[in-house]
Parts: sequence; C-alpha cells; structure tokens
Amino acid sequence: MSEKQANSTRLRRVIKMGDLDPAFKREIREIPGVEKINLCFQCGTCTADCPIARFSEIYSPRKIMRMTQLGMKKKLLSSESLWLCAACFTCVDHCPQGVDIAGVVRALRNIAVREGIIPDVFKELTDNILKTGYAYKIPELRKKKRTEKGLPPLPEANLEDVSKLFDVVAVFKAKQEEE
Amino acid sequence: MAELKYLMFLGCVIPYRISSYEISARKVLERLGVELVEMPEFNCCGLPIDSVAHDAMLVLAARNLCLAEEKNLNILTLCTGCAGTLRKVNKSLEADKKLKEHVNGHLKEIGMEFKGGKIVVKHLIQALIEDVSLEKIKDAVVKPLTGLKVAEHNGCHILRPAKYIGFDDPENPVLLKRLIEATGAECLDYMYETDCCGAPIIGVNDKIPLYLAGDKLRNVKSVDAQALITVCPFCHMMFDINQPRIERLLEEEFGIPVLHYPQLLGLAMGFTPQELALEELRVDATKLLNVSQ
Ligand code: SF4
Ligand code: SF4
Repeated sequence: MSEKQANSTRLRRVIKMGDLDPAFKREIREIPGVEKINLCFQCGTCTADCPIARFSEIYSPRKIMRMTQLGMKKKLLSSESLWLCAACFTCVDHCPQGVDIAGVVRALRNIAVREGIIPDVFKELTDNILKTGYAYKIPELRKKKRTEKGLPPLPEANLEDVSKLFDVVAVFKAKQEEE
Repeated sequence: MAELKYLMFLGCVIPYRISSYEISARKVLERLGVELVEMPEFNCCGLPIDSVAHDAMLVLAARNLCLAEEKNLNILTLCTGCAGTLRKVNKSLEADKKLKEHVNGHLKEIGMEFKGGKIVVKHLIQALIEDVSLEKIKDAVVKPLTGLKVAEHNGCHILRPAKYIGFDDPENPVLLKRLIEATGAECLDYMYETDCCGAPIIGVNDKIPLYLAGDKLRNVKSVDAQALITVCPFCHMMFDINQPRIERLLEEEFGIPVLHYPQLLGLAMGFTPQELALEELRVDATKLLNVSQ
C-alpha cells in the first residue's frame, strides 16, 4: 500500500457504494451463527472488552461487524484484522444484542480461505491433520520417549477416515489444486 | 457418585510439547482413583481448523464423540481448547436436529453416526470438581503447601461461551481457586485475571500475544504471587516457554514459574518433583519447593 493510499484509508469517512457487495451481505447472513449480525447496534462493548484490541492498533471487532453488515467484502477478506481474533469468546458473552461475534469472524475466515486467502500457519495445521491426524508433527523421538517416561503409546489416527472427511467437506480443494 | 472412568482425550499440543502436564495429571488422577481408558483412535478435536472450514471442525470433533459413544465413556481432556470444542459440538448436535443430520450425512461416508445424549465431555478441573469432589482431593493432601502464594489462569475455553460450557462463572471464576486452596496454597486475585493468554494468534501476529501475556505476568507479579497455575497446554506454553521471549521484548524480568495444576496438587499429595516432571518447565520452579517444605 502506498503512503497516499494508507492515508486515504485512514482519513476516508465516506464509504463508496462500490465497496459494498449486496450478494455478499446476503450470503453471509445465511451462514448458521451469523443470522443475528443485523442486530448489532454498534455499541462497541465487544471492542472495549476484547483483550486483543487492547494490544492492537488495528483490531476492532465492532468495525468488523459494521463492515459485514454493509457487505464490504473485499476490504474484510483482505485485512490482517480478520486473523487477529483469538476466539476467547469474551465479546460473545458480553454483547447486549446476542451477536456471535467470534462466529461471524470465523465465517468470514472460511470465506477468505475459499477465495484462496489463508495465513501459512493455518495451511500448516490443516496439512498436519490431513497427514498425521494431529495438528502438529510429533517427532518419532518424542513418541519413543513416552515409554521412558511411563506414558502409554499415542493413539494412532485413522488417516483414511480423516482424508475421506476432508473430501466430503471440501477442505483445501484450492490448495491441492494449486500444488 | 459418578463412576470415575473416562476416555482420555490428549489432544495434539500435549504430546507435541507439554508432556509434563500429561505426566503429572496421570499420576494425580490415578492416586485419586480415576481410571483412564486410552482413545482407540485419535484425530485432532478440530479447533485449529475451525477458521479454515467450520464443517471440517464439526466432523473431526463429531468423529471423536462417536468413538466415545461406541465405548460408552465420558471424555476427559487436559486441554481447554479440546474440552471447549468437543463440549460445544456435543451440545449443539444434541440440541439442533438439522445440524445433527447435516453432520451425520458426512459421517456416513466413514460408517459412523453421532447419536447424542449418551456421553459428556469434561475438562480435568471440571471432572475434579464435579466427579472426584473437593473433599476427596483435600483428603488426598498429605503435604499441604501452606505459605505458598500463587495466582491462576483459567483458559477461556473452559468458561466461554457460557451458554455452551456451563461451568463456573466466566466473569468471576472461583472453582480453580477452590482446587488450588485444597492444596493448602493461597490463591491471589490480580488485574485482568480472566483475560485470554493470546496463544491462538501466535503465528499470525506474535507481538500482540506476547504483550498480552506479558501484561498478565506483570499483574501476577505485582500481587507477589510466587507462581502461576494453568490448566491448558496453550496457556502454559504462552506463559512458560515464551516467558524469556516476553522478558526480552518488554525488557522486564518476571521469573514466574508456571505450573500445571496437577503438578501443584501432586506436590501436596506427596509426589516428588521428578515424578511430576517439574524439571521440564522452562522457568525454574525449584525455588518454590523450599517455600512449601
Ligand atoms: S457488542 Fe454486540 S451490539 Fe455492541 S458493537 Fe459489538 S457486536 Fe455490536
Ligand atoms: S472472541 Fe475475538 S473479538 Fe471477541 S473478545 Fe475474544 S479475541 Fe476479541
């Protein structure tokens, strides 16, 4: 982003009609958990109580809710903000309107992934689960050491089942195609 | 009284990095008369890929729940992430017929079916409170940790979202405190006690979680707590393994040992520090042992 662009993003108060995507507005509202998005009246409780927002200059769940209501698809999906929610659910418990804020963020992330936007760490976790059943690659040495430490052997994954499940829910189709 | 027998759901991060938690939990649970049955097969609870594809999380979680239903055993987890996820999916599939049909449609591909209403999922501290009981834990304490002052960090997913978890009060959680007090130690309050550790966004942005965890460590230190007690491998990693990194970033010294609750309880039950794998902690915890003896 050029400096000029960054400034205009910061200063721009007018939202251009061209930034809004009506189809996206409908699409997202149909996802289970997101139905209540229109009840958000922008009180800001979620941002005020969000531990991540306390330490981030850009992160604001309230803003994400507003942009979702308006259907600002492109901006939402390309923003780093989308990946900063820690899913602590504090906002979900505090929202006076019963909006499942973390659920909305999750739904937006799912859409971003389908459009090919995914942080490396999530790629890796998904890949590990598909290949080992575990979210992290557990070194053989660690598995062997379990016996020394008096721990039972690690249960094995049924990789055939995991891969079938990934197929039916179409996880990572995009990634496999790109490889 | 509930039968003290569970299917042990280890999760991914404990066998990957935090075996001290598993070692100490197994020791303590055995002494308390809890029987653990190992999972016949395992796959991740699904939480890490909820952000990638919600349906994938649902089916991974449901597959584990089906295994527990087949064994007719309640699940016990040490990780708050696994506990929260499996508990939430178990409850929502039970409550939402449409969702259950949707998930079962996927599970059919692998010849499984989620029935619902057969089993429950409990985190370690929930099982200790609800099934083992505080009295029984107090009875098992032979070396009370009198004089030791600690603080606790609960871990979000055993408390929130309240409507699915239904354990303790997320705004003012007290049950882990009661468990700590059962060992004879004192549990202190501190600022921002219920805040998240930040671990879930490590890898996307490291600075925010390090600042967040650092803020918590500072608050723990400011009330003169001698240790922080956790009940989740992710929270533990954030406060223990990452503590030197946080100290470098904030140019501040904390030196706060971070113990898994079963390590603390184990000491009070008379296990040796070696038996509880205390030496595996990144921040040296030996200075605590002098206080408690
Ligand atoms: S707390 Fe709820 S109503 Fe208030 S801004 Fe956040 S989502 Fe909207
Ligand atoms: S769930 Fe996400 S947005 Fe809500 S308070 Fe926690 S980190 Fe902030």
